[in-house]
Amino acid sequence: MAKSDVKLLGAWPSPFVNRVQIALNLKSVDYEFQEEKFDNKSELLLKSNPVHKKVPVLIHNDKPICESLIIVQYLDEVWTSGPSILPSDPYDRATARFWAAYVDDKWFPLLKELRTTEGEEAKAEISKKLKEGLVLLEEAFIKCSKGKGFFGGERIGYLDIVFGSFLGWLKAVEKIAGLKLVGELVTPGLAAWAERFCSHEAVKGVIPETDRLVELAKIIQARLKAQSAPK
Amino acid sequence: MANKEVRVLGAWPSPFVMRARIALNIKKLDYEFLQEQLGSKSELLLKSNPVHKKIPVLIHGDKPICESLVIVQYVDEVWSSGPSILPSDPYDRAIARFWAAYIDDKWFPSLSGIPRAQGEEAKMAAIQQVRDGLELLEDAFVKCSKGKPFFGGDSIGYLDIAFGCFLGWLRVTEKSNGVKLLDETKTPNLAKWAVRFCSDVAVKDVMPDTDKLAEFAKVLFAKFRAPPPSN
Repeated sequence: MAKSDVKLLGAWPSPFVNRVQIALNLKSVDYEFQEEKFDNKSELLLKSNPVHKKVPVLIHNDKPICESLIIVQYLDEVWTSGPSILPSDPYDRATARFWAAYVDDKWFPLLKELRTTEGEEAKAEISKKLKEGLVLLEEAFIKCSKGKGFFGGERIGYLDIVFGSFLGWLKAVEKIAGLKLVGELVTPGLAAWAERFCSHEAVKGVIPETDRLVELAKIIQARLKAQSAPK
Repeated sequence: MANKEVRVLGAWPSPFVMRARIALNIKKLDYEFLQEQLGSKSELLLKSNPVHKKIPVLIHGDKPICESLVIVQYVDEVWSSGPSILPSDPYDRAIARFWAAYIDDKWFPSLSGIPRAQGEEAKMAAIQQVRDGLELLEDAFVKCSKGKPFFGGDSIGYLDIAFGCFLGWLRVTEKSNGVKLLDETKTPNLAKWAVRFCSDVAVKDVMPDTDKLAEFAKVLFAKFRAPPPSN
């Protein structure tokens, strides 16, 4: 499949974009990457995702597909010769989709909140909720992995990609907030999985370096502060 | 698949529960409908959905499946000999999933925003949001249906279910706020589709009567309405 057939509109810091990159890597698909700027969206992006105007957008043979989870499932369904991303058993698929929704709807919003929260008490409150979520995800890992290395079993799968894509920001927020969320004591399965995931062939080089994300977070914070009305 | 028991934990007013029931009806499956009472959660619910403690839950044999859209996909994948719910083409699937996510993440919250809006201005803004969303969905209908009666084509599919389940609440909102939202002049295709959807054999018996739902809404708001904000 020629490179021009598959185009990804994205941005390097976005974990949602990272998901698609990992899935494309798993399927060994050649693609063209177009970096989008948050404050200056390209015509192509606005045309391809008029409803949300957000990345990632996958353009396959001129047809746009939006929403990271939808794109990952699309890739899995079109490139069937590559390794499977969704589990094959319907119940396992339902379980993977359940936890993917949990991660996106409940867990990640807390992580985003922690990034911008100031004050020790407020931070402690949110990190407590995050840790409770991680305990749930640790249990999910034990159930889904069935003794193997990934949520998907022997190989990286849907839930690995969905949750793993947040590891860059997780480490960055740990640094920014000065606390540890994933640790060998409370979540040993996840701690080991995180190492394994980040060093996987399809993932290496996709998830940005922690320090780069920390720097970016500082820039975003400064910009937000500058924008808020002066007293 | 007659030997495994199928149970649905739900409640008749819930559009999310309706999705699961419509899917089961499409597949012509027998199931036990266990209704939860407003304001209290059964042991079975708390055990089957410990993470969210919410309905619907599908219990297949002894395995619980949670989250309405996850349930619909599960039903489609397990009972694959029945009529298909998801489209067969991967791109059409991606489109159906995109609009289902839009409805859950953006459109339905905007509908819920109308009764919650404080003051005329806020109410008008909320109403406009819902109408704008319906115009987008009108376009989506034209594209997805390709001249056929449903989003899914000749018969009800994933997106019909995802959107159609809200028609009862849409009508209640129109009635109690004295406003037309689904307008035959602005969104003629959706207006006609709505009638078709509600009279479909898989939907008829699980779509609540508007007046009954309106009565229920009064009870719901009386019980759970937040105190008015202090000046």
